[in-house]
Amino acid sequence: MILATVGTQLPFPRMIEALDRIAGRHSFAVFAQTADRACGARHLDHAPFLAPDEFTTRARTADLLVGHAGIGTVLTAKRLGKPLIVYPRRFALGEHRNDHQMATAHALAEVKGIYVAWDDAGFEDLLTAGPLAPASMEESDARRALVARLRAFAAEI
Amino acid sequence: MTSTISTTFGRIDVLMVASAGGHWQQLMLLREAFDGRDVHYATTLRGLALQSGATPAHLIPDCNRNAPIATLLATFHIALLLVRLRPRMIVTTGALPGLIAIAVGRRLGARTVWIDSIANAEEMSLAGMKARTHADLWLSQWPQVARDTGADYAGSVL
Repeated sequence: MILATVGTQLPFPRMIEALDRIAGRHSFAVFAQTADRACGARHLDHAPFLAPDEFTTRARTADLLVGHAGIGTVLTAKRLGKPLIVYPRRFALGEHRNDHQMATAHALAEVKGIYVAWDDAGFEDLLTAGPLAPASMEESDARRALVARLRAFAAEI
Repeated sequence: MTSTISTTFGRIDVLMVASAGGHWQQLMLLREAFDGRDVHYATTLRGLALQSGATPAHLIPDCNRNAPIATLLATFHIALLLVRLRPRMIVTTGALPGLIAIAVGRRLGARTVWIDSIANAEEMSLAGMKARTHADLWLSQWPQVARDTGADYAGSVL
C-alpha cells in the first residue's frame, strides 16, 4: 500500500493526477489525502483530510509514502522508517507562493530514503523501481555538521 | 520528569529547552553535542523528558503569542528556573518558551543559541525572527532561509 499526502493547506492536483494515472497503469493500491473535496481520482482511494491518528496508522502500515516537499511528511517518513517520494510544488505553476519547495527538494535529495520526482517520468520510475531504501533517524552529514557546530560553541563557555 | 524544585543551585553548563512536539524531537537529536557537559533539560509536557531519557529535567509552562497572560506567567516561571540553574549556555529549537528562555537567559549572562525549526523551510518562524537579537548563535536549518535572513546555517537535524 502507498500512502500519498499533499499536506493540509493546499490541494495539489498535478501530483494527485499524475499518481492517479500511474496507479491506473500499474494497478497500485494507493490511499491519497488530497486536501481537495473535488478530487476526481479514479484509481486511488482518497479523502480530503485524515485525522492525525488515522494518518499515522495508515503511514505505519504503508510500504511507501508519497508527498509534496513538506517537512511534516519528511519527519514522519524518518520517524516511521519508510521510504518517501517527494513531488515538489512549483511556484511557476501557481502551486505555491514561492519556489522554496524546489530548494527544499534539492536539500532533501541528499537525504537517505528520500527520493525526489523532478517530473512525471521520474515519478513513474521511482514508483515502479521496486522496494526503495527507507528513511531513518540515523545520523546524516547535515546533522553531524550541526552537532559539531554546537559542540564547538559549547567549548567556548 | 523530576520535580521543578531541583536541588541544584550552582551553575550548570547547558540548558536545552524546547516546547513539546516537533521542537522537542529536534532538540533530542542534538543532545550529543553536549556529551560530557553538565546539561539540564526543560520542556512543556509532563513526562516527555523522562520518556526521552533526558534528565535532569524541568517542566515549564507552555505559552503562545495569542495568550498574553499565560506568556507572562511562563516568563516568570522560566526566569525563576534560570536564576536557580544559572546556565552558562542555553540552546533552544523553539518555540515561544525557548525564545523567552534565551531572551531572559542572555540578560543573566548565558550564551544563547536559537536553532530555527526544520519545519521552517521557506521562511523563518516569527519567534525565530525575534530571537535574532537574543541569540549569540542564530541558526536556520535551511541554507536558503539563512541567506534570506542573515542567520547562520550549520547543518540540520535531517
